[in-house]
Amino acid sequence: MPAMRAYRFMLLRRSSQAAILGLFICGNLLGWQALRGTLSSSRVLDTVPLTDPFALLQIIATQHSVASDALLGGLIVILFFGLLAGRAFCSWVCPLNVVTDAAGWLRKKTVLHVSGSRFVLSRKTRYGAIGVSLVVSFATGIAAFEWISPITMLQRGIIFGMGLGWTLVLAVFLFDLFVQRDGFCGHVCPLGGFHASITRFSLIRIRHDQGKCTSCGKCLDICPEQQVLQMVGKASGAVTSGACTNCGRCIEVCDDDAMKFGIRFSPAKQGTRSAGT
Amino acid sequence: MKITRRELLKTTAAVAAATAAGMSIPKELQAAAKHTEAGWRWDKAVCRFCGTGCGIMVATKGDRIVAVKGDPAAPVNMGLNCIKGYFNAKIIYGADRLTEPLMRMNDKGEFDKKGKFRPVTWKRAFEEMAKQFKKYYGQLGPTGVAIFGSGQYTIQEGYAAAKLMKAGFRSNNIDPNARLCMASAVAAFIETFGIDEPAGNYDDMHHSDTIVLWGANMAEMHPVLWSKITNRKLSDTKRVRVVNLTTFANRCSNLADSEIVIKPNTDLAIQNYILREIVYNRPQAIDWDFVNQNCVFATGYVDIGYGLRSQTDHPKYKKTELDTASREAFKIITKDEAIAMGALGIKEGDKMEMKHAGQAGNHWAISFEDFKKGLEPYTLDFVAVLAKGDPEESLESFKKKLTDLVDLYTERDRKVVSFWTMGFNQHVRGTWVNEQVYAIHLLLGKQSQPGNGAFSLTGQPSACGTAREVGTFAHRLPADMVVMNPKHRAMSEKLWKVPEGTLNPVVGSHFIKIMRDLEDGKIRWAWVQVNNPWQNATNANHWITAARDMDNFIVVSDAYPSISAKVADLILPAAMIFEKWGAYGNAERRTQHWRQQVTPIGKSMSDTWQTVEFARHFTLADVWKEWKIDDKNTLPDVRAKAREMGYKDSDTLYDVLFANKEAKGYAWPDPIGKGFLNSEAAGDKRNVEGFKGYGFFIQKYLWEEYRKFGIDHAHDLADFDTYHKVRGLRWPVVDGKETLWRFNAEYDPYAKKENHGKFAFYGPAGKEIPKGDLSGPQGEEKVKLPNKAKIFLRHYIDPAETPNAEYPLWLCTGRVLEHWHTGTMTMRVPELYRAVPEALCYMSVGDAKKNSFKDGDLIWVESRRGKVKARVETRGRNLPPQGLIFIPFFDEQVFINKVTLDATCPISKEPDYKKCAVKVYKA
Amino acid sequence: MPERRTFMLAMARGLGAASIGGLAWTGFLDGKKDYPTVLRPPGAVAEKDFLATCTKCGLCVAACPYEALILAKPGDERPIGTPYFHMRENPCRMCRDIPCTVACPTGALDRSLVSGADDHGSVVLDVNKTRIGLAVIDRETCIAFWGIQCDACYRTCPLIDKAVTVEYLRNERTGKHTIMAPVVHSDHCTGCGMCERACVTKKASIFVLPRELAMGESSGRYVKGWESADEERISGLPEDTTTVTPRSEKSPLDYLNAGEP
Repeated sequence: MPAMRAYRFMLLRRSSQAAILGLFICGNLLGWQALRGTLSSSRVLDTVPLTDPFALLQIIATQHSVASDALLGGLIVILFFGLLAGRAFCSWVCPLNVVTDAAGWLRKKTVLHVSGSRFVLSRKTRYGAIGVSLVVSFATGIAAFEWISPITMLQRGIIFGMGLGWTLVLAVFLFDLFVQRDGFCGHVCPLGGFHASITRFSLIRIRHDQGKCTSCGKCLDICPEQQVLQMVGKASGAVTSGACTNCGRCIEVCDDDAMKFGIRFSPAKQGTRSAGT
Repeated sequence: MKITRRELLKTTAAVAAATAAGMSIPKELQAAAKHTEAGWRWDKAVCRFCGTGCGIMVATKGDRIVAVKGDPAAPVNMGLNCIKGYFNAKIIYGADRLTEPLMRMNDKGEFDKKGKFRPVTWKRAFEEMAKQFKKYYGQLGPTGVAIFGSGQYTIQEGYAAAKLMKAGFRSNNIDPNARLCMASAVAAFIETFGIDEPAGNYDDMHHSDTIVLWGANMAEMHPVLWSKITNRKLSDTKRVRVVNLTTFANRCSNLADSEIVIKPNTDLAIQNYILREIVYNRPQAIDWDFVNQNCVFATGYVDIGYGLRSQTDHPKYKKTELDTASREAFKIITKDEAIAMGALGIKEGDKMEMKHAGQAGNHWAISFEDFKKGLEPYTLDFVAVLAKGDPEESLESFKKKLTDLVDLYTERDRKVVSFWTMGFNQHVRGTWVNEQVYAIHLLLGKQSQPGNGAFSLTGQPSACGTAREVGTFAHRLPADMVVMNPKHRAMSEKLWKVPEGTLNPVVGSHFIKIMRDLEDGKIRWAWVQVNNPWQNATNANHWITAARDMDNFIVVSDAYPSISAKVADLILPAAMIFEKWGAYGNAERRTQHWRQQVTPIGKSMSDTWQTVEFARHFTLADVWKEWKIDDKNTLPDVRAKAREMGYKDSDTLYDVLFANKEAKGYAWPDPIGKGFLNSEAAGDKRNVEGFKGYGFFIQKYLWEEYRKFGIDHAHDLADFDTYHKVRGLRWPVVDGKETLWRFNAEYDPYAKKENHGKFAFYGPAGKEIPKGDLSGPQGEEKVKLPNKAKIFLRHYIDPAETPNAEYPLWLCTGRVLEHWHTGTMTMRVPELYRAVPEALCYMSVGDAKKNSFKDGDLIWVESRRGKVKARVETRGRNLPPQGLIFIPFFDEQVFINKVTLDATCPISKEPDYKKCAVKVYKA
Repeated sequence: MPERRTFMLAMARGLGAASIGGLAWTGFLDGKKDYPTVLRPPGAVAEKDFLATCTKCGLCVAACPYEALILAKPGDERPIGTPYFHMRENPCRMCRDIPCTVACPTGALDRSLVSGADDHGSVVLDVNKTRIGLAVIDRETCIAFWGIQCDACYRTCPLIDKAVTVEYLRNERTGKHTIMAPVVHSDHCTGCGMCERACVTKKASIFVLPRELAMGESSGRYVKGWESADEERISGLPEDTTTVTPRSEKSPLDYLNAGEP
């Protein structure tokens, strides 16, 4: 049981990712109504539209108008993650997360992480990638990231047939393994960056209890976006950065019960808002 | 006399025939095998598919067929083909060809009806087949066994099977699938002209000004002939008229000047309207000289049932079937029927007892006045309302089309050809509608002349050549002879060199009756040759159950695993067309031969070989003893007579029927087969179970013996070698010349010989009939009708089953151009499969809307007998009117004959595939 | 100010990297746009707009009851993730309710392009307005033009006698038969591809191409005098009627004053 406890969120996340993918497969191939389409655009119960807002943004950058269905779908997604779930898309929905997590795990298991890497990519790269995506979309007239996104490539591949798409997925895996820890999700992915930027004010947050913290550093070690845990060892409070994917790994590894899921506004008003600058 | 003539025939035939056919054949195209530089050998053959009879050339290399081409020297098609013909080279190379005998067996290696199919040797197969045959033959006698024959048999195959069955086993239970397609045409030919097969030929298509299609979708079913008609139309678009009478809009409507969509079964009423219009309103159109000289008026009973089981509460009927089944005993007269049969004193609401179901074919001569009286009710007003098939068409427009049709028929100098196929033949009154179209042509004197005549088209490649001319029917012998006629039996016995009294005088079971007899346990051994009866017979559910659940033994010879093979107990792999010597006879009486081109696939062997080999298992002692047929008939023991003829009791049927002294006189090798294989005569490289060949030219022997039946009986065929030098000849071939228009003294030597003026309808059958009036035959006096054809009066009656509230739609079945019959061959040609991968349910937009169907929806089509799933199609080649759906039968996944009704024309016993009532709902 | 210099340097490096990446990306995508033969679902907007608005969600593919639509995989040589038909294998069945078009959330498949007015004037889906492409015939390999009675394409056409008709040509060689030649009509052909699948030649002799590829365009300044509707074709031509050829590009004066003949 302790083992289960140590991976409880991991298991939940994998279940969530699998369930969503499963529903998509059933919807597209077997005609179930629950979920059809892909992460780019989909329909829930054959009625509610969902659209990837970043894809939408790129289409707008191509100077094409978008049907209202898609706009509504985008809005729903923004509201859900932006106000409620945070950047949970990346760790609870995105199928590529499994691949990059696998790369991260393997990196840890091998000497690769010790040898270090001379190549250090800025975490801000992804915001640059957003900009470049939009500029390229504008320049070429096609939604630029959607054409090369390994995320949708992987998901479409699983549902509709992979073709040569596995090469791109492998490239991401190798990049994370050899080049940069948490390289794709934590540094490059403009979709992750987009989700990070819209979820600053979302409700569900990781909370840190300084009173229980022994400053062992396990949470920092496991976190794919370490910079969001800067209050650890300093003060109690909620993670406020949009970059946090609400993956819950820090909760799992904390032996001191100092981390837990909560909401951004503390009922006990314990701790102050960390300086986020 | 005869001998001299035959000799003369042999020597002059080849040259004269070519000349007579009007062919100037370029040397390189003459029917001799040619080798090209690529090492391909080209030789002439015939298309495997329909009754058109297109000539093809087949190229072989390394014992494989590598290509085909249309034969430019073939008069029918002049090098052209349709898409089925285009794929002749591929039909024998399907991946799932049957290559060895397969038998249902248990683990001990014994035959087991419930076992799985396992490969066996030919020897084992024949032994079990003979053992089972002897068991049931011993129990039930000659009526307990049956062969399902074919209109796709080569002539020799059909002849061998008929000879074995009739002269060997003394059984008349051999009936071909031609029963399902041509029987009504045959019955009407015999009743009207006294002799089978069309008077005209394909040249009519080039001579005529008017082409009237009555239930013939030639654009899809006879495409090469259709291209001739189209050409005629294009040659003079103003003068030439094409009329398409049909129950749904089809591809012929494109060319047609007039498309007349009629309600199923009302063709009878329309014909009577045309006759009435001629007799009452346009008597000047009647060619009285012709009629008086060549015709007599006649009629028959109307209460003849629907060819269903005479036991209307038969225990094997499902409850839902009983209502329709009762129609065989009686029917309540509807308003329309009462009007139509007004002259017979029949009233609406009367209960018509089907008293004459057993004498359906009886008829008698009537006066012209009675004929006229009988037609009186068929006014335009009555018939138009009855017959209009498309609810969306206005009555006025429909009436106009009918009167225009009468104009075309009656216009004095206008030549008219009426064509029909299954729309007429597969009809509960199939014989009648055939007869009525002759009535129109005879009354107008437009028959048996170039461009003038009623022309029955044939579906199968040798429905004429084999099924009809050889007589592989339950009642027939070769050359239009019948088993009921003692003189015919005597002549056949003489030619077959079997003792007098060998042949069984009792008509055997027709196709559907064989199925019913299997269900009743009256037939317990059946052999299927070149045919797929369990897919192509109507009301198939019954027959499938009978085959699998009853105590019986079913043998299926086929090249591919079909539905019939699936229900069989023993499967014999059959050689296909180019893997054997053969001959076909097409719809214009043209007989065409070909040589074996390649070695058969696997261990498959020709049907001739199978029949002949099976004969080895029976001695005269087994078969020529006394047999009780029914309460009235007993076949005598003829072994004593046989001994007088020099036969021994231990002689096998093989020795007597096939490997006799005469047969052995036909030596192999023969110059006509130089360089060619003959797997039967000489064996082949496969050395199948040590078979080294018979050592004689069996196909030539069978041909030469067979043709003796027809010589001097207006069925004269040329000798074997001649056909290998020309592109077919239209019989009768007299003095080396083919005959173009029969019964016309100018063209037909038999008609000329009668010295009866310009025409002589010399057919010998039914030329002595009673006299009578509309109510029936009167008195004992019989009239003789030498050289006369009959103009029949036949009345409109509703079919056995009509749509009602529960089953609101008519179901019509048929074919599509791309596929042949049950798809056994064409569904294995990748290109044809791709072109039409499944049978669709063609439906009107209105009916689809009413049932909330979308195109492509899978629906159930259900009748009182069974149901199948099919996809809805409201667009495309066939556009039925509201109230009717059309589903082709080629697709075993859409097994439409589970739905159809086994009602038949009571005279011809041909089932009606074109009408039964169904309901449709979403699957 | 070393800090500021570092910052500026980092900025410059970032911009440089972004530019290089962006340019490469642009070049890559530009190459990807060049798929002139791709056949889009019913109601697809012009290819350029389609590529921009399609989010590659696959909803149209999921909606197709015949599994005819394919979502392009890398290696399919089609824009990745976008829907297309492979007519020879599985053509469009022209469902009257056009589920693929209806499923599209972004307007890449535009209902208005496959809608028309019904008898009562209300706007309804009309699948016959579909313009996936246009069927074209190779008359040299088409066996109907040889005189073979084929016309499998014609009979399988959902708009038989409109989109594909049969032209009767007399077979001069035999003098007794007719060549029944299939002819495609662009005003009705939806490009559904049923004909391409049905064609019995080894490689289809009738096949669907995007209309821009398959069709020419008649000159603007001539109207068929024998066809009253033909005038509509040239409505909306530019006002300017001037024409220029190398012979006429010089002004008369320049020409006349330029040297000796």
